[in-house]
Amino acid sequence: MSKPYVTLLGKAVRKLAQMRGGGSALPGLFVEKIDPDFIRRTLAQLPEGIVVVSGTNGKTTTTKMVVELLESQGLRVFTNRTGSNFTRGVAAALLGEVDTKGNLDADIAVLELDEAHAVHFIKAVPPRYSLLLNVMRDQLDRFGEIDTTAKLLARIALATEETVVLNREDPRVASIATLLKDQQVSYFGLTPKLAKLFPNDDDMRAGAGNKKTSGLPADVVLANINGTSAEFQLGDHSITTALLLSGVYNIYNAAAALALVRTIVKEDHLDEAKLIDALSKVTPAFGRGETLTIGGYPLELVLVKNPSGFRLSLSSFDPKGVSTMIAINDNYADGRDMSWLWDVEFDSLQPEGVLEVGGIRAYDMALRLQYDEVTISHVEPDLALALQHFLTTSGSGPKRIFCTYTAMLALRRELSKITDVEVIS
Amino acid sequence: MNDKTITILQLYPNDMNIYGDWGNVLVIQRRLEWHGYTANIIEYNPGDTFPDGVDMVIGGGGQDSGQDKIQQDLLGISNKLHELAEADVPMLMICGLYQLFGKFFKTQDGHVIEGINLLDIETHAGPERLIGNIVTKSHEFGEIIGYENHSGQTFLGKGVQPLGMVIKGAGNNGQDGTEGARYRNVLASYLHGSLLPKNPAIADFLIEKAITKKYGDFTPTVIEDRFAELARTIAIKRPR
Repeated sequence: MSKPYVTLLGKAVRKLAQMRGGGSALPGLFVEKIDPDFIRRTLAQLPEGIVVVSGTNGKTTTTKMVVELLESQGLRVFTNRTGSNFTRGVAAALLGEVDTKGNLDADIAVLELDEAHAVHFIKAVPPRYSLLLNVMRDQLDRFGEIDTTAKLLARIALATEETVVLNREDPRVASIATLLKDQQVSYFGLTPKLAKLFPNDDDMRAGAGNKKTSGLPADVVLANINGTSAEFQLGDHSITTALLLSGVYNIYNAAAALALVRTIVKEDHLDEAKLIDALSKVTPAFGRGETLTIGGYPLELVLVKNPSGFRLSLSSFDPKGVSTMIAINDNYADGRDMSWLWDVEFDSLQPEGVLEVGGIRAYDMALRLQYDEVTISHVEPDLALALQHFLTTSGSGPKRIFCTYTAMLALRRELSKITDVEVIS
Repeated sequence: MNDKTITILQLYPNDMNIYGDWGNVLVIQRRLEWHGYTANIIEYNPGDTFPDGVDMVIGGGGQDSGQDKIQQDLLGISNKLHELAEADVPMLMICGLYQLFGKFFKTQDGHVIEGINLLDIETHAGPERLIGNIVTKSHEFGEIIGYENHSGQTFLGKGVQPLGMVIKGAGNNGQDGTEGARYRNVLASYLHGSLLPKNPAIADFLIEKAITKKYGDFTPTVIEDRFAELARTIAIKRPR
């Protein structure tokens, strides 16, 4: 089949799929089947090339930040939405953006790349830049071991054509640099004072209080967090800016995004005022610390996917004066293994207790809290009922729900019935 | 509190503690406290002095790289562990340390990693990882519920009993229906989850053996295990 027809047909399938209310994977699958080269060929047109963002935690928010920061510099950016099958998702997103001749109106592509899909994708479409955030215990039922995940990230780095941006504070990520010969390496990092807020899985039982920062030279360092503002060292100078992001991990991801953008947009072209303005306006990706309003009071949804993420969330959000709910599912996308809950310490919730525990594995979560001697008011595996009960019993005042991925999707569907929230299918 | 203390040795928490095996130590600690005893937890890492007065030993699973780090040290404390096991000290070994308590682990390329031969078992690297929810059955502990994630296939010799027989899942090797191993009061298993929170019968077995050995008798208090019961009921129904 000749190439313009593939694009036209793909766009037609996309239109049809939208008309019947379907998802994004079908048109992507269609294109993938009849023209597997579609993605490579379309992305190859981009003058500034392809950027991939990978790692266990923070991919979605960081990708969103990189996109907004690049746009502040006048670049036209193509990006993918997560959710459906990665390659098909990219194909479907491309179909929405290309014109009927298959031309993509963008300068650069920034793609969030799941480790699991990385190897196939980078073989077909090598990135010009890559940003590797961290390797944490997550979905080990898919990958087996953390070291396996680290190897997947190393393959992304090795396939990168120009520059690899690495987290110098994550030993598994930083050590990838030793494998690289043809690539330039840039690092982002933390000051020693902040490093202790980021225990990695190796420090977990080894006393994170003694944690030191790496001595590698970093282009961007997160130097200080003061409530809603943060100080970053950019090369040889410091900037301080207010942020809409909350949670220390989101702010550290901002350092990652800044390091990547400083790599892509060379210093003499960089408009730093516009960059910082864009940074101050970035909001977290959905479910990553976003705040909804229910009955006049804030409700925070905090996505928790793995032990390190859950620990960081608990240390980032003060439980005092806030009604807490925890919702744990074990669907495929959440991970079936409940072991991870035992690598999170919940002592910080002892003074206030947990008002509601919900989700398929609500009783596993309740059991975990029992062993940290945290008071639980109510347990209900049915999420719709649990949410209803939580909203009723918490009454007025701020609320917070820690939830796994599919639990968050279910909660958002329920919440959309009573407030204005974007439903992601 | 009755001023009675049970000392628990946690083997290699820095290198062999993946998939929430810390939960097993926490469950022993809390249940001892709830039963009215003091739990004294000693972390043992490579190069440490092996302590005296150990009443229970707990060890977990690790990455392959973690196993490499601790293997030589483990061989060095082998005699101490054998003495404790022969003296009926209760132990729980999960996954990686289960394998290294056996005779050997033979890797895919034929390399043999020597174990401490406390359990009459041998482990061979398998072609695929055995991953998923698992339920086994034991006469002593009833249904044992957990999550397995291992590529080694373990085969039992005559010197050990299986801990349970597989109802759902793969178990030791995916072939003979056995899961885990038992020798005297040493229990070993591939089950994470963590194992003890959802299997309080095993936790109380370890506690009872440790207390009766040290203090002669043990009068348990009733512990509220309602969440454990409900979590078990749900876990049994979940897909692999």
